[in-house]
Amino acid sequence: MSVVGEGEEDYLPSPMPTSSRLLDAPAMGRVLARMASELVERTADASSVALVGIQRRGVELAERLAPLIEAQLGRPLLRGTLDITLYRDDLQAIGQRPVVHETRLPQALDGATVVIVDDVLYTGRTVRAALDEIADFGRPRRVLLAVLVDRGGRELPIAADVVGITVTTMPTDHVGVSVSERDGTDAVDLVRGGAA
Amino acid sequence: MTSGALGKDLVGLEHLSREQITAILDTAEPFKEVSERQIKKVPALRGKTIVNLFFEASTRTRISFEFAEKRLSADTVNVAASGSSVSKGETLVDTARNLEAMRIDMVVIRHASSGAAKFLGDRIRSNVINAGDGMHEHPTQGLLDLLTLRDRFGKIEGLKVCIVGDVLHSRVARSNIWGLTRLGAEVAVCGPATLLPREVEALGVRVFRRVEEAIEWADALNVLRLQLERMTSGFIPSLREYNRVFGVTSEKLARAPKDLLILHPGPMNRGVEIDSDVADGQHSVILPQVTNGVAVRMAVLYLLAGGSPEWGAGGGEAA
Repeated sequence: MSVVGEGEEDYLPSPMPTSSRLLDAPAMGRVLARMASELVERTADASSVALVGIQRRGVELAERLAPLIEAQLGRPLLRGTLDITLYRDDLQAIGQRPVVHETRLPQALDGATVVIVDDVLYTGRTVRAALDEIADFGRPRRVLLAVLVDRGGRELPIAADVVGITVTTMPTDHVGVSVSERDGTDAVDLVRGGAA
Repeated sequence: MTSGALGKDLVGLEHLSREQITAILDTAEPFKEVSERQIKKVPALRGKTIVNLFFEASTRTRISFEFAEKRLSADTVNVAASGSSVSKGETLVDTARNLEAMRIDMVVIRHASSGAAKFLGDRIRSNVINAGDGMHEHPTQGLLDLLTLRDRFGKIEGLKVCIVGDVLHSRVARSNIWGLTRLGAEVAVCGPATLLPREVEALGVRVFRRVEEAIEWADALNVLRLQLERMTSGFIPSLREYNRVFGVTSEKLARAPKDLLILHPGPMNRGVEIDSDVADGQHSVILPQVTNGVAVRMAVLYLLAGGSPEWGAGGGEAA
Protein backbone atom coordinates (compact mmCIF):
# COMPACT_ATOMS: atom_id res chain seq x y z
CA MET A 1 0.00 0.00 0.00
CA SER A 2 1.53 3.30 -1.03
CA VAL A 3 0.46 6.17 1.15
CA VAL A 4 1.94 9.03 -0.80
CA GLY A 5 1.24 12.47 0.58
CA GLU A 6 -0.53 11.40 3.74
CA GLY A 7 -1.03 14.32 6.12
CA GLU A 8 -0.92 17.83 4.76
CA GLU A 9 -1.14 16.69 1.13
CA ASP A 10 -4.04 14.40 1.95
CA TYR A 11 -6.51 16.16 -0.27
CA LEU A 12 -4.36 16.68 -3.35
CA PRO A 13 -5.56 14.49 -6.17
CA SER A 14 -2.97 11.78 -6.59
CA PRO A 15 -2.16 10.40 -10.02
CA MET A 16 -2.61 6.82 -8.86
CA PRO A 17 -5.55 5.77 -6.66
CA THR A 18 -4.37 4.65 -3.24
CA SER A 19 -6.43 2.23 -1.24
CA SER A 20 -6.63 1.83 2.52
CA ARG A 21 -8.70 -0.69 4.44
CA LEU A 22 -11.03 0.92 6.95
CA LEU A 23 -12.59 -2.32 8.21
CA ASP A 24 -11.56 -5.94 7.81
CA ALA A 25 -13.96 -8.85 8.39
CA PRO A 26 -13.65 -9.13 12.21
CA ALA A 27 -13.87 -5.35 12.60
CA MET A 28 -16.96 -5.23 10.40
CA GLY A 29 -18.55 -7.94 12.56
CA ARG A 30 -17.92 -5.88 15.69
CA VAL A 31 -19.30 -2.72 14.08
CA LEU A 32 -22.46 -4.54 12.96
CA ALA A 33 -22.93 -5.97 16.48
CA ARG A 34 -22.76 -2.48 17.95
CA MET A 35 -25.14 -1.11 15.30
CA ALA A 36 -27.58 -3.90 16.17
CA SER A 37 -27.43 -3.00 19.87
CA GLU A 38 -28.07 0.64 19.09
CA LEU A 39 -30.99 -0.28 16.87
CA VAL A 40 -32.45 -2.41 19.68
CA GLU A 41 -32.28 0.61 21.99
CA ARG A 42 -33.96 2.80 19.39
CA THR A 43 -36.73 0.34 18.56
CA ALA A 44 -37.39 -1.51 21.84
CA ASP A 45 -40.63 0.40 22.45
CA ALA A 46 -41.98 -0.04 18.92
CA SER A 47 -44.81 -2.49 18.40
CA SER A 48 -43.69 -3.41 14.89
CA VAL A 49 -40.21 -3.00 13.38
CA ALA A 50 -39.40 -3.41 9.69
CA LEU A 51 -35.79 -3.70 8.55
CA VAL A 52 -35.47 -2.57 4.94
CA GLY A 53 -32.21 -3.02 3.04
CA ILE A 54 -31.44 -0.81 0.06
CA GLN A 55 -30.25 -2.62 -3.08
CA ARG A 56 -27.63 -3.82 -3.42
CA ARG A 57 -25.37 -4.15 -0.36
CA GLY A 58 -27.83 -2.68 2.10
CA VAL A 59 -29.78 -5.90 1.55
CA GLU A 60 -26.96 -8.12 2.84
CA LEU A 61 -26.20 -5.75 5.72
CA ALA A 62 -29.87 -5.86 6.78
CA GLU A 63 -29.73 -9.65 6.63
CA ARG A 64 -26.73 -9.57 8.98
CA LEU A 65 -28.33 -7.11 11.37
CA ALA A 66 -31.72 -8.82 11.55
CA PRO A 67 -30.75 -11.93 13.58
CA LEU A 68 -28.57 -9.82 15.90
CA ILE A 69 -31.49 -7.49 16.61
CA GLU A 70 -34.05 -10.30 16.86
CA ALA A 71 -31.90 -12.13 19.43
CA GLN A 72 -31.86 -9.08 21.71
CA LEU A 73 -35.40 -7.96 20.99
CA GLY A 74 -36.82 -11.45 21.46
CA ARG A 75 -39.24 -11.23 18.54
CA PRO A 76 -39.07 -11.40 14.76
CA LEU A 77 -38.67 -8.30 12.61
CA LEU A 78 -40.53 -7.51 9.41
CA ARG A 79 -38.09 -7.60 6.50
CA GLY A 80 -37.90 -5.91 3.14
CA THR A 81 -35.70 -4.88 0.25
CA LEU A 82 -35.91 -1.62 -1.62
CA ASP A 83 -34.62 -0.62 -5.04
CA ILE A 84 -34.75 3.15 -5.40
CA THR A 85 -33.77 3.35 -9.08
CA LEU A 86 -37.22 4.39 -10.30
CA TYR A 87 -37.27 7.18 -7.70
CA ARG A 88 -33.86 8.63 -8.56
CA ASP A 89 -33.82 12.39 -9.16
CA ASP A 90 -31.31 12.08 -12.01
CA LEU A 91 -33.14 9.55 -14.20
CA GLN A 92 -33.86 12.20 -16.85
CA ALA A 93 -30.24 13.34 -16.92
CA ILE A 94 -28.42 10.05 -17.26
CA GLY A 95 -28.38 8.28 -20.60
CA GLN A 96 -28.15 4.54 -20.14
CA ARG A 97 -30.88 3.18 -17.91
CA PRO A 98 -29.66 1.66 -14.66
CA VAL A 99 -30.63 -1.93 -13.90
CA VAL A 100 -33.65 -2.20 -11.62
CA HIS A 101 -33.55 -4.79 -8.86
CA GLU A 102 -36.27 -6.29 -6.71
CA THR A 103 -38.38 -4.25 -4.33
CA ARG A 104 -40.26 -6.27 -1.72
CA LEU A 105 -41.72 -4.49 1.27
CA PRO A 106 -43.88 -5.92 4.06
CA GLN A 107 -47.61 -5.31 3.66
CA ALA A 108 -48.03 -3.74 7.08
CA LEU A 109 -45.88 -0.61 6.93
CA ASP A 110 -48.62 1.59 8.40
CA GLY A 111 -47.70 2.40 11.98
CA ALA A 112 -44.47 0.38 11.89
CA THR A 113 -41.00 1.63 12.75
CA VAL A 114 -39.03 1.28 9.53
CA VAL A 115 -35.24 1.02 9.67
CA ILE A 116 -33.60 1.79 6.33
CA VAL A 117 -30.25 0.00 6.04
CA ASP A 118 -27.63 1.06 3.49
CA ASP A 119 -23.91 0.53 3.09
CA VAL A 120 -22.67 4.10 2.50
CA LEU A 121 -24.33 7.43 3.26
CA TYR A 122 -22.95 10.15 0.97
CA THR A 123 -25.07 12.78 -0.82
CA GLY A 124 -28.29 11.63 0.85
CA ARG A 125 -30.07 11.37 -2.50
CA THR A 126 -30.56 7.62 -2.20
CA VAL A 127 -32.20 8.08 1.19
CA ARG A 128 -34.44 10.85 -0.19
CA ALA A 129 -35.57 8.45 -2.93
CA ALA A 130 -36.08 5.64 -0.39
CA LEU A 131 -38.25 7.88 1.79
CA ASP A 132 -40.41 8.77 -1.22
CA GLU A 133 -40.75 5.14 -2.22
CA ILE A 134 -41.65 4.02 1.31
CA ALA A 135 -44.34 6.71 1.44
CA ASP A 136 -45.96 5.05 -1.59
CA PHE A 137 -46.28 1.82 0.41
CA GLY A 138 -47.75 3.20 3.60
CA ARG A 139 -47.33 5.56 6.53
CA PRO A 140 -44.77 4.29 9.02
CA ARG A 141 -44.90 5.71 12.52
CA ARG A 142 -41.19 6.45 12.33
CA VAL A 143 -38.34 5.93 9.88
CA LEU A 144 -34.75 5.43 11.06
CA LEU A 145 -31.60 5.29 8.98
CA ALA A 146 -28.73 2.91 9.73
CA VAL A 147 -25.57 3.01 7.59
CA LEU A 148 -22.30 1.12 7.83
CA VAL A 149 -20.22 4.08 6.58
CA ASP A 150 -20.99 7.79 6.74
CA ARG A 151 -18.56 9.47 4.34
CA GLY A 152 -19.95 13.03 4.63
CA GLY A 153 -20.62 15.11 1.53
CA ARG A 154 -24.36 15.55 2.06
CA GLU A 155 -26.32 17.44 -0.62
CA LEU A 156 -29.64 17.17 1.23
CA PRO A 157 -30.62 17.74 4.88
CA ILE A 158 -30.44 14.06 5.81
CA ALA A 159 -28.68 12.40 8.75
CA ALA A 160 -28.25 8.80 9.87
CA ASP A 161 -29.57 7.60 13.26
CA VAL A 162 -27.12 4.73 13.63
CA VAL A 163 -23.65 4.86 12.03
CA GLY A 164 -21.02 2.14 11.84
CA ILE A 165 -17.98 4.28 11.06
CA THR A 166 -17.50 7.87 9.96
CA VAL A 167 -14.81 8.83 7.47
CA THR A 168 -13.96 12.17 5.88
CA THR A 169 -13.71 11.95 2.11
CA MET A 170 -13.29 14.01 -1.03
CA PRO A 171 -15.65 13.73 -4.02
CA THR A 172 -12.81 12.04 -5.91
CA ASP A 173 -12.61 9.25 -3.32
CA HIS A 174 -14.47 5.98 -3.47
CA VAL A 175 -15.71 4.02 -0.48
CA GLY A 176 -16.03 0.36 -1.35
CA VAL A 177 -18.09 -1.94 0.85
CA SER A 178 -17.64 -5.67 0.24
CA VAL A 179 -19.89 -8.33 1.74
CA SER A 180 -18.98 -11.99 1.63
CA GLU A 181 -22.36 -13.06 0.20
CA ARG A 182 -21.79 -10.97 -2.90
CA ASP A 183 -18.08 -10.17 -3.01
CA GLY A 184 -16.47 -13.13 -1.25
CA THR A 185 -15.11 -11.06 1.63
CA ASP A 186 -16.20 -8.59 4.30
CA ALA A 187 -14.34 -5.30 4.04
CA VAL A 188 -14.63 -1.53 3.81
CA ASP A 189 -11.98 0.17 1.68
CA LEU A 190 -11.29 3.83 1.05
CA VAL A 191 -9.78 4.46 -2.37
CA ARG A 192 -8.31 7.96 -2.65
CA GLY A 193 -8.80 9.25 -6.18
CA GLY A 194 -10.76 6.10 -6.99
CA ALA A 195 -13.98 7.73 -8.17
CA ALA A 196 -14.49 7.52 -11.92
CA MET B 1 -23.00 1.41 -24.15
CA THR B 2 -23.72 -2.11 -23.02
CA SER B 3 -24.94 -4.65 -25.53
CA GLY B 4 -28.32 -4.62 -23.80
CA ALA B 5 -29.05 -1.02 -24.85
CA LEU B 6 -32.04 -0.67 -27.13
CA GLY B 7 -31.49 2.42 -29.26
CA LYS B 8 -34.21 4.92 -30.13
CA ASP B 9 -37.14 2.78 -31.25
CA LEU B 10 -38.65 -0.64 -30.73
CA VAL B 11 -39.87 -1.67 -34.16
CA GLY B 12 -39.58 -5.42 -33.87
CA LEU B 13 -37.70 -8.32 -32.36
CA GLU B 14 -36.12 -9.36 -35.68
CA HIS B 15 -33.11 -7.09 -35.27
CA LEU B 16 -32.69 -7.37 -31.51
CA SER B 17 -29.88 -9.44 -30.04
CA ARG B 18 -30.28 -12.11 -27.42
CA GLU B 19 -28.75 -9.68 -24.90
CA GLN B 20 -31.20 -6.91 -25.76
CA ILE B 21 -34.23 -9.19 -25.46
CA THR B 22 -32.93 -10.63 -22.18
CA ALA B 23 -32.34 -7.11 -20.85
CA ILE B 24 -35.99 -6.21 -21.52
CA LEU B 25 -37.27 -9.40 -19.85
CA ASP B 26 -34.98 -8.90 -16.83
CA THR B 27 -36.13 -5.29 -16.52
CA ALA B 28 -39.77 -6.41 -16.67
CA GLU B 29 -39.30 -8.57 -13.54
CA PRO B 30 -39.14 -5.72 -10.98
CA PHE B 31 -41.93 -3.88 -12.81
CA LYS B 32 -44.33 -6.75 -12.07
CA GLU B 33 -44.17 -5.75 -8.42
CA VAL B 34 -45.15 -2.13 -9.14
CA SER B 35 -48.57 -3.29 -10.38
CA GLU B 36 -49.09 -5.24 -7.15
CA ARG B 37 -48.66 -2.15 -4.95
CA GLN B 38 -51.55 -0.27 -3.43
CA ILE B 39 -50.23 2.89 -5.05
CA LYS B 40 -49.41 1.53 -8.51
CA LYS B 41 -47.11 4.31 -9.57
CA VAL B 42 -43.40 5.08 -9.68
CA PRO B 43 -41.95 8.43 -10.81
CA ALA B 44 -39.53 7.03 -13.41
CA LEU B 45 -41.06 8.77 -16.47
CA ARG B 46 -42.29 11.90 -14.72
CA GLY B 47 -42.45 14.77 -17.21
CA LYS B 48 -42.40 12.51 -20.30
CA THR B 49 -45.25 12.94 -22.74
CA ILE B 50 -46.38 9.89 -24.68
CA VAL B 51 -48.86 9.75 -27.56
CA ASN B 52 -50.68 6.52 -28.24
CA LEU B 53 -51.40 6.70 -31.95
CA PHE B 54 -53.82 3.92 -32.81
CA PHE B 55 -54.87 3.69 -36.44
CA GLU B 56 -56.42 0.25 -35.84
CA ALA B 57 -58.87 -1.05 -33.30
CA SER B 58 -57.27 -2.28 -30.09
CA THR B 59 -58.50 -2.76 -26.57
CA ARG B 60 -55.96 -4.88 -24.75
CA THR B 61 -52.77 -3.45 -26.22
CA ARG B 62 -53.87 0.18 -25.99
CA ILE B 63 -55.06 -0.15 -22.41
CA SER B 64 -51.97 -2.14 -21.47
CA PHE B 65 -49.69 0.56 -22.86
CA GLU B 66 -51.73 3.26 -21.16
CA PHE B 67 -51.49 1.49 -17.79
CA ALA B 68 -47.76 1.00 -18.29
CA GLU B 69 -47.29 4.68 -19.12
CA LYS B 70 -49.43 5.89 -16.22
CA ARG B 71 -47.76 3.56 -13.72
CA LEU B 72 -44.45 5.15 -14.74
CA SER B 73 -45.97 8.64 -14.20
CA ALA B 74 -45.80 9.68 -17.86
CA ASP B 75 -48.43 12.02 -19.32
CA THR B 76 -50.39 10.31 -22.07
CA VAL B 77 -52.62 11.30 -24.93
CA ASN B 78 -54.63 8.83 -26.97
CA VAL B 79 -55.22 9.51 -30.64
CA ALA B 80 -57.53 7.24 -32.59
CA ALA B 81 -57.68 7.43 -36.36
CA SER B 82 -61.41 8.01 -36.48
CA GLY B 83 -62.28 11.41 -35.12
CA SER B 84 -58.78 12.80 -35.75
CA SER B 85 -57.32 14.73 -38.67
CA VAL B 86 -56.26 11.36 -40.11
CA SER B 87 -59.81 10.96 -41.29
CA LYS B 88 -59.37 14.28 -43.12
CA GLY B 89 -56.52 12.81 -45.14
CA GLU B 90 -53.48 13.92 -43.16
CA THR B 91 -50.45 11.71 -43.70
CA LEU B 92 -48.86 9.68 -40.93
CA VAL B 93 -45.70 11.78 -40.89
CA ASP B 94 -47.62 15.06 -40.85
CA THR B 95 -49.70 13.83 -37.94
CA ALA B 96 -46.60 12.80 -36.02
CA ARG B 97 -44.68 16.00 -36.84
CA ASN B 98 -47.58 18.07 -35.60
CA LEU B 99 -47.60 16.08 -32.39
CA GLU B 100 -43.84 16.56 -32.08
CA ALA B 101 -44.31 20.30 -32.48
CA MET B 102 -46.23 20.06 -29.21
CA ARG B 103 -43.07 18.62 -27.61
CA ILE B 104 -43.86 14.98 -27.08
CA ASP B 105 -41.24 12.39 -26.14
CA MET B 106 -42.57 9.05 -27.33
CA VAL B 107 -45.08 7.63 -29.80
CA VAL B 108 -46.74 4.24 -29.47
CA ILE B 109 -48.14 3.39 -32.87
CA ARG B 110 -50.51 0.75 -34.19
CA HIS B 111 -51.07 0.80 -37.92
CA ALA B 112 -52.55 -1.46 -40.59
CA SER B 113 -49.49 -1.08 -42.83
CA SER B 114 -46.46 -3.30 -42.31
CA GLY B 115 -43.43 -1.07 -41.78
CA ALA B 116 -45.39 1.94 -40.48
CA ALA B 117 -43.50 2.02 -37.17
CA LYS B 118 -40.06 1.99 -38.78
CA PHE B 119 -41.17 4.56 -41.36
CA LEU B 120 -42.26 6.86 -38.56
CA GLY B 121 -39.24 6.18 -36.35
CA ASP B 122 -36.90 7.14 -39.18
CA ARG B 123 -38.61 10.48 -39.59
CA ILE B 124 -39.23 11.86 -36.11
CA ARG B 125 -36.96 12.47 -33.14
CA SER B 126 -39.31 10.95 -30.55
CA ASN B 127 -38.94 7.33 -29.50
CA VAL B 128 -41.30 5.11 -31.46
CA ILE B 129 -42.72 1.85 -30.12
CA ASN B 130 -44.47 -0.51 -32.49
CA ALA B 131 -47.79 -1.68 -31.04
CA GLY B 132 -48.50 -3.78 -34.14
CA ASP B 133 -47.90 -2.86 -37.79
CA GLY B 134 -49.92 -4.78 -40.38
CA MET B 135 -48.66 -8.31 -40.76
CA HIS B 136 -45.10 -7.38 -39.74
CA GLU B 137 -44.45 -7.42 -35.98
CA HIS B 138 -46.02 -6.88 -32.58
CA PRO B 139 -42.86 -6.84 -30.49
CA THR B 140 -44.33 -6.18 -27.05
CA GLN B 141 -46.73 -9.12 -27.54
CA GLY B 142 -43.76 -11.30 -28.46
CA LEU B 143 -41.92 -10.08 -25.37
CA LEU B 144 -44.82 -10.75 -23.01
CA ASP B 145 -45.15 -14.25 -24.47
CA LEU B 146 -41.43 -14.79 -23.82
CA LEU B 147 -41.77 -13.48 -20.27
CA THR B 148 -44.75 -15.75 -19.59
CA LEU B 149 -42.90 -18.79 -20.94
CA ARG B 150 -39.81 -17.90 -18.91
CA ASP B 151 -41.95 -17.52 -15.77
CA ARG B 152 -43.35 -21.03 -16.17
CA PHE B 153 -40.35 -22.95 -17.54
CA GLY B 154 -37.48 -20.98 -15.98
CA LYS B 155 -35.77 -20.48 -19.33
CA ILE B 156 -36.53 -20.21 -23.02
CA GLU B 157 -33.54 -22.11 -24.35
CA GLY B 158 -34.42 -25.59 -25.55
CA LEU B 159 -38.17 -25.03 -25.15
CA LYS B 160 -40.44 -26.39 -27.89
CA VAL B 161 -43.13 -23.88 -28.80
CA CYS B 162 -45.70 -24.37 -31.55
CA ILE B 163 -47.64 -21.45 -32.97
CA VAL B 164 -51.03 -22.74 -34.07
CA GLY B 165 -53.42 -21.15 -36.52
CA ASP B 166 -53.44 -18.13 -38.78
CA VAL B 167 -49.69 -17.57 -39.03
CA LEU B 168 -50.00 -15.84 -42.40
CA HIS B 169 -51.81 -12.75 -41.13
CA SER B 170 -50.15 -12.73 -37.73
CA ARG B 171 -47.65 -10.13 -36.60
CA VAL B 172 -47.74 -11.91 -33.23
CA ALA B 173 -46.42 -15.05 -34.93
CA ARG B 174 -43.54 -13.17 -36.53
CA SER B 175 -42.46 -11.48 -33.31
CA ASN B 176 -42.73 -14.81 -31.50
CA ILE B 177 -40.64 -16.62 -34.10
CA TRP B 178 -37.87 -14.00 -33.98
CA GLY B 179 -37.84 -13.73 -30.21
CA LEU B 180 -38.07 -17.45 -29.46
CA THR B 181 -35.40 -18.48 -31.96
CA ARG B 182 -33.10 -15.69 -30.78
CA LEU B 183 -33.34 -17.03 -27.24
CA GLY B 184 -32.68 -20.59 -28.35
CA ALA B 185 -36.17 -22.14 -28.38
CA GLU B 186 -37.31 -24.61 -31.01
CA VAL B 187 -40.26 -23.16 -32.89
CA ALA B 188 -42.90 -24.84 -35.00
CA VAL B 189 -45.99 -23.58 -36.78
CA CYS B 190 -49.17 -25.47 -37.45
CA GLY B 191 -52.18 -24.47 -39.52
CA PRO B 192 -53.99 -24.88 -42.79
CA ALA B 193 -51.62 -24.51 -45.75
CA THR B 194 -53.59 -21.45 -46.86
CA LEU B 195 -52.78 -19.71 -43.55
CA LEU B 196 -49.05 -20.46 -43.42
CA PRO B 197 -46.64 -18.07 -45.14
CA ARG B 198 -44.75 -19.46 -48.11
CA GLU B 199 -41.27 -20.66 -47.23
CA VAL B 200 -41.95 -20.34 -43.52
CA GLU B 201 -39.24 -22.97 -42.95
CA ALA B 202 -36.72 -20.35 -44.10
CA LEU B 203 -37.34 -18.59 -40.75
CA GLY B 204 -35.91 -21.66 -39.04
CA VAL B 205 -39.20 -23.18 -37.92
CA ARG B 206 -40.64 -26.64 -38.28
CA VAL B 207 -44.06 -27.11 -39.90
CA PHE B 208 -46.78 -29.45 -38.65
CA ARG B 209 -49.73 -30.12 -40.93
CA ARG B 210 -51.75 -31.77 -38.16
CA VAL B 211 -52.35 -30.17 -34.77
CA GLU B 212 -52.17 -33.63 -33.14
CA GLU B 213 -48.51 -33.88 -34.19
CA ALA B 214 -47.83 -30.41 -32.82
CA ILE B 215 -49.43 -31.34 -29.49
CA GLU B 216 -47.28 -34.46 -29.28
CA TRP B 217 -44.08 -32.46 -29.94
CA ALA B 218 -44.53 -29.19 -28.06
CA ASP B 219 -44.01 -27.93 -24.49
CA ALA B 220 -46.28 -24.96 -25.15
CA LEU B 221 -48.86 -23.92 -27.74
CA ASN B 222 -49.35 -20.32 -28.73
CA VAL B 223 -52.83 -20.39 -30.23
CA LEU B 224 -53.48 -17.54 -32.64
CA ARG B 225 -56.74 -15.81 -33.33
CA LEU B 226 -58.34 -16.50 -36.67
CA GLN B 227 -58.17 -12.97 -38.08
CA LEU B 228 -61.52 -13.01 -39.80
CA GLU B 229 -61.32 -9.27 -40.53
CA ARG B 230 -58.13 -9.69 -42.57
CA MET B 231 -59.42 -12.59 -44.64
CA THR B 232 -60.63 -11.39 -47.99
CA SER B 233 -61.31 -14.74 -49.60
CA GLY B 234 -61.76 -18.40 -48.77
CA PHE B 235 -58.76 -19.32 -46.63
CA ILE B 236 -60.77 -21.93 -44.74
CA PRO B 237 -63.94 -23.85 -45.67
CA SER B 238 -65.85 -23.01 -42.47
CA LEU B 239 -65.26 -22.08 -38.84
CA ARG B 240 -66.74 -25.38 -37.74
CA GLU B 241 -64.39 -27.37 -39.89
CA TYR B 242 -61.46 -25.22 -38.72
CA ASN B 243 -62.36 -25.99 -35.12
CA ARG B 244 -62.65 -29.71 -35.87
CA VAL B 245 -59.25 -29.92 -37.63
CA PHE B 246 -57.08 -27.18 -36.08
CA GLY B 247 -58.99 -26.08 -32.98
CA VAL B 248 -57.19 -26.72 -29.69
CA THR B 249 -59.62 -28.84 -27.73
CA SER B 250 -59.36 -30.79 -24.49
CA GLU B 251 -59.97 -34.02 -26.47
CA LYS B 252 -56.85 -33.42 -28.56
CA LEU B 253 -54.81 -32.27 -25.55
CA ALA B 254 -55.83 -35.38 -23.58
CA ARG B 255 -53.71 -37.47 -25.94
CA ALA B 256 -50.56 -35.40 -25.34
CA PRO B 257 -47.67 -37.17 -23.57
CA LYS B 258 -47.32 -34.22 -21.16
CA ASP B 259 -49.25 -31.17 -20.02
CA LEU B 260 -48.92 -28.30 -22.47
CA LEU B 261 -48.87 -24.66 -21.53
CA ILE B 262 -51.52 -22.78 -23.49
CA LEU B 263 -50.98 -19.19 -24.64
CA HIS B 264 -53.29 -16.98 -26.69
CA PRO B 265 -52.67 -13.32 -27.55
CA GLY B 266 -56.39 -12.51 -27.52
CA PRO B 267 -59.03 -11.63 -28.35
CA MET B 268 -60.23 -15.23 -28.47
CA ASN B 269 -62.75 -16.75 -30.81
CA ARG B 270 -64.00 -19.31 -28.31
CA GLY B 271 -65.08 -22.49 -30.02
CA VAL B 272 -63.06 -21.69 -33.15
CA GLU B 273 -59.29 -21.78 -32.60
CA ILE B 274 -59.59 -22.66 -28.91
CA ASP B 275 -62.27 -24.32 -26.82
CA SER B 276 -63.50 -22.69 -23.65
CA ASP B 277 -62.44 -25.53 -21.37
CA VAL B 278 -58.87 -25.17 -22.69
CA ALA B 279 -58.84 -21.38 -22.50
CA ASP B 280 -60.11 -21.48 -18.91
CA GLY B 281 -58.22 -24.65 -17.97
CA GLN B 282 -55.44 -25.05 -15.45
CA HIS B 283 -52.68 -24.99 -18.08
CA SER B 284 -53.87 -21.77 -19.67
CA VAL B 285 -51.70 -18.70 -19.03
CA ILE B 286 -53.84 -16.36 -21.08
CA LEU B 287 -54.56 -14.01 -18.18
CA PRO B 288 -50.98 -14.08 -16.80
CA GLN B 289 -49.97 -13.04 -20.34
CA VAL B 290 -52.12 -9.94 -19.97
CA THR B 291 -50.61 -9.17 -16.55
CA ASN B 292 -47.11 -9.61 -17.94
CA GLY B 293 -47.99 -7.34 -20.84
CA VAL B 294 -48.10 -4.30 -18.56
CA ALA B 295 -44.73 -5.20 -16.97
CA VAL B 296 -43.03 -5.76 -20.33
CA ARG B 297 -44.36 -2.48 -21.72
CA MET B 298 -43.19 -0.64 -18.60
CA ALA B 299 -39.75 -2.14 -19.17
CA VAL B 300 -39.66 -1.08 -22.82
CA LEU B 301 -40.83 2.46 -22.01
CA TYR B 302 -38.30 2.74 -19.18
CA LEU B 303 -35.40 1.47 -21.30
CA LEU B 304 -36.22 3.57 -24.38
CA ALA B 305 -36.80 6.76 -22.40
CA GLY B 306 -33.12 6.65 -21.44
CA GLY B 307 -32.24 7.96 -24.87
CA SER B 308 -29.84 6.52 -27.38
CA PRO B 309 -26.34 7.40 -28.55
CA GLU B 310 -27.51 8.92 -31.82
CA TRP B 311 -30.48 10.84 -30.52
CA GLY B 312 -29.94 11.36 -26.78
CA ALA B 313 -29.44 14.80 -25.28
CA GLY B 314 -25.78 14.52 -24.37
CA GLY B 315 -24.92 11.24 -26.01
CA GLY B 316 -22.28 10.60 -23.34
CA GLU B 317 -21.75 7.59 -21.17
CA ALA B 318 -23.74 7.57 -17.99
CA ALA B 319 -22.07 7.27 -14.62
